[in-house]
Amino acid sequence: MSKQVVSLNQVTIRFAGDSGDGMQLTGDRFTIDTASLGNDLSTLPNFPAEIRAPQGTLHGVSSFQLHFADHHVKTPGDAPDVLVAMNPAALKANIKEIARGATIIVDSDEFTSRNLSKVGYETNPLEDGSLESYKLHALPLTSMTVNALAELSVSRKDAERSKNMFALGLLTWMYHRPVEATENFLNAKFAKKPDVLAANLLAFKTGWNYGETTEDFAVSYEIAPAKMEPGKYRNISGNTALAYGLIAASQRSGLKLFLGSYPITPASEILHELSKHKKFGVITFQAEDEIAAVGSALGASYGGALGVTTTSGPGLALKTEAIGLAVMLELPLIIIDVQRGGPSTGLPTKTEQADLLQAMFGRNGESPAVVIAPSHATDCFDIAFEAARIATQYRVPVFILSDGYIANGSEPWKLPKVEELPDLHVEFAKTQENFLPYDRDPKTLARPWAIPGTKGLEHRIGGVEKADKTGDISYDPKNHDFMVRTRAAKVAGVEVPNLEVDDPTGDAKVLLLGWGSTFGPIGAAVDALRANGEKVAQAHLRYINPFPKNLGAVLAKYDKVLVPEMNLGQLAMLLRSQFLKDVTSYNQVRGLPFSTTELIEATMAVLND
Amino acid sequence: MTDLTLTKKDFTSDQEVRWCPGCGDYSIVSTVQSFLPELGVARENIVFISGIGCSSRFPYYMETFGMHSIHGRAPAIATGLAISRPELSIFVVTGDGDALSIGGNHLIHALRRNVNLKILLFNNRIYGLTKGQYSPTSEQGKVTKSTPAGSLDTPFNPISLAIGAEASFVARSIDSDRKHLTETLRAASAHKGSALIEIYQNCPIFNDDAYQIVKDGGTKDGAILRLVHGEQIKSSTHGVIFEAGSMKVVPLDSVNESDIIVHNANHPDPAYAFALSRLSGSQLDHVPVGVFRDVERAEYSTLVNDQIADAIAKQGAGDLSALLSSGDTWVVQ
Repeated sequence: MSKQVVSLNQVTIRFAGDSGDGMQLTGDRFTIDTASLGNDLSTLPNFPAEIRAPQGTLHGVSSFQLHFADHHVKTPGDAPDVLVAMNPAALKANIKEIARGATIIVDSDEFTSRNLSKVGYETNPLEDGSLESYKLHALPLTSMTVNALAELSVSRKDAERSKNMFALGLLTWMYHRPVEATENFLNAKFAKKPDVLAANLLAFKTGWNYGETTEDFAVSYEIAPAKMEPGKYRNISGNTALAYGLIAASQRSGLKLFLGSYPITPASEILHELSKHKKFGVITFQAEDEIAAVGSALGASYGGALGVTTTSGPGLALKTEAIGLAVMLELPLIIIDVQRGGPSTGLPTKTEQADLLQAMFGRNGESPAVVIAPSHATDCFDIAFEAARIATQYRVPVFILSDGYIANGSEPWKLPKVEELPDLHVEFAKTQENFLPYDRDPKTLARPWAIPGTKGLEHRIGGVEKADKTGDISYDPKNHDFMVRTRAAKVAGVEVPNLEVDDPTGDAKVLLLGWGSTFGPIGAAVDALRANGEKVAQAHLRYINPFPKNLGAVLAKYDKVLVPEMNLGQLAMLLRSQFLKDVTSYNQVRGLPFSTTELIEATMAVLND
Repeated sequence: MTDLTLTKKDFTSDQEVRWCPGCGDYSIVSTVQSFLPELGVARENIVFISGIGCSSRFPYYMETFGMHSIHGRAPAIATGLAISRPELSIFVVTGDGDALSIGGNHLIHALRRNVNLKILLFNNRIYGLTKGQYSPTSEQGKVTKSTPAGSLDTPFNPISLAIGAEASFVARSIDSDRKHLTETLRAASAHKGSALIEIYQNCPIFNDDAYQIVKDGGTKDGAILRLVHGEQIKSSTHGVIFEAGSMKVVPLDSVNESDIIVHNANHPDPAYAFALSRLSGSQLDHVPVGVFRDVERAEYSTLVNDQIADAIAKQGAGDLSALLSSGDTWVVQ
């Protein structure tokens, strides 16, 4: 019997379960198979800070949302069309975001009175009619998986653990995803554990077969490939893209890549990724603390390496003094802050953009540094490369402000051609008479990068104020004033591209101006508004210090400028202070990216004002 | 490298030295400048990295590469340089406040990793640059500007601390004993890995004569227990023996000559050097001076760079195109 196949333009699926249920892995696999079919996509992993929170509790719920379509996708989607909930906690934690009419698949085996009461369900939602407005599939996922695996020599525990693969198999069938890649992945992952491998493979297959044969699922869905530029693609997360961008910058500059880092969520994956690539000459140093991490990176830069440190907000707070030293020494340094909710420990696994002013001003004295921010996951590759260009050309610390959303979220990436990547070749100072360590390039104001081992360039530098040109200690008032202004002028003079404005009709009533990871959500809102006939423009800042030279003109052109930020208005403060422009802020700090809906509403409020 | 005919003058920078008159740092900088020619290392391959404090002005006076960094962080900065440029000879210059208080964490981790750094710890048992507060090595009860009723903290013994941090080379010397300091610098330089030299250094302004007992002609021979590998550990009046499971300083005339311990700086058990380090009480009646511990252990930057060389040998040098297209890829026509 062949089942009905329905074509869809787009689907949003959310996998939710206990943090030990393997939801991230399940989501990852579904994403990779979806990407390989040529759909455009965007993902949002969302997990608790606790590694294994108590089972079955609301705060232990981990989820993974995937939005995929036959057209360009800008966000992980507002409301899922499908929720896979592995237990009552996962249902309860997510149901309020699920639109009526959506499909809900639950593991009914987990809906025991004990589990229900753990999360405060007085009656069983599968039976009390509260889910009537949804397409509910209450399936005994656990027992079906255990039964299917009865013939194998695996423990009941291992069999139960395979239920995520049953769910993946079922969804793979529902959405016509290929099975081979997941089978290959499992073969590789569990090569050394044949029992577990067999269990996972069989669970996956059983889930697929269940969809194919059961009458519970009468329809399956197809989503045609999206129109994408020709080329070779892969799926990539922001953190991996940052790591690759740094390796690429190292290769294209001929500089050894040195990462000094201390583990911190959500930045650690960059350390993990780079530590795998020793054959590129990459040195990763897991330091004793955040201060040593940045200190070692600065030491490596002093020696002529591409010194990088990775962290998140609390770690950045610790690094500030050393970054001030880098400002004074005028050496290249890349500081990657994968922002998370703050202050203090805050929300370690949730996203936020509230470190902007810390990066801008979080040091003693007049201590200017370059600040740039990737707009989406694949932009992380380019931004790492760009950070290396600026840091090495101008000998300044460069901040990359990523965040938890784009660090963990992924999207398809058209692979760049290596030979087309810009040449980042840098010249170190050469042996010379009467060497002046603080003599400057008249164009960039960069001082020479004079590395140890170069004969005749022996010199001393330090955190004490420098005399112009000689770099000797100087407490001279005029010299200090001059040096402070010179360091500021150097950063202000960093060449950055002009801001591009997307305003198709040229007469938009409002400009939506964002920075960092809000690019996708703002873009999705702009698309929806335009589809409704509204005239709105979008521009997105990748360069925050210095701002693009045309930013003032862009701001002047629009009466109304809406600045959505996942903080309480930090970019807005900078815009107001530099341009005296009365921008309108739209802010939320819920630890999640903006929904398209709220940005549409915020824009309409400005338009109707 | 072999045609080096450098002299002390070649290692002396043009900067005016700005320590207080009579400061022990003068003697140390002069001794180091005199010693460096015998290292046989070109000036451009020598780097001095310091933190903050009086001693940390040191790099400005050396005609080598140098960085006067931030408080306590010199070992961390030097570690990054040492790992990425293992061919350089790197010295860290620090003080008791810089190394043991604000920078304690970096010091112990540099030592346990055995990074190839020669760490000169100038110990004057006081905060000089901030004008006279007690330091982590000040004796308990020290009356200073910040402790008018006497300090309450139990001091660190830098040698004990370094040994506890798995240091592979630990020594003590004295600012005014140029001959001994030179010998100690020589031994430290010959050591592969991190070497910590605690240098007793007099601060004439805020803690004058803190080490008078080991400097005064009348007392020093009796106070200093010379640590020379293969020789007995004794002063002019006392010797060190094992007694009831620990070490003890006893008058020479109270023991058999053969009971006095013969020093073994290469002793594999750090407990041996640790026991030696405990012989000096806070009054410094008896002070072991010399190399406490000198053992071979793999040096950190060698290990780091060996892993890289090994990866390249086994997998070939990295290919960027191959890296970018690793994992699941697909082609859009």
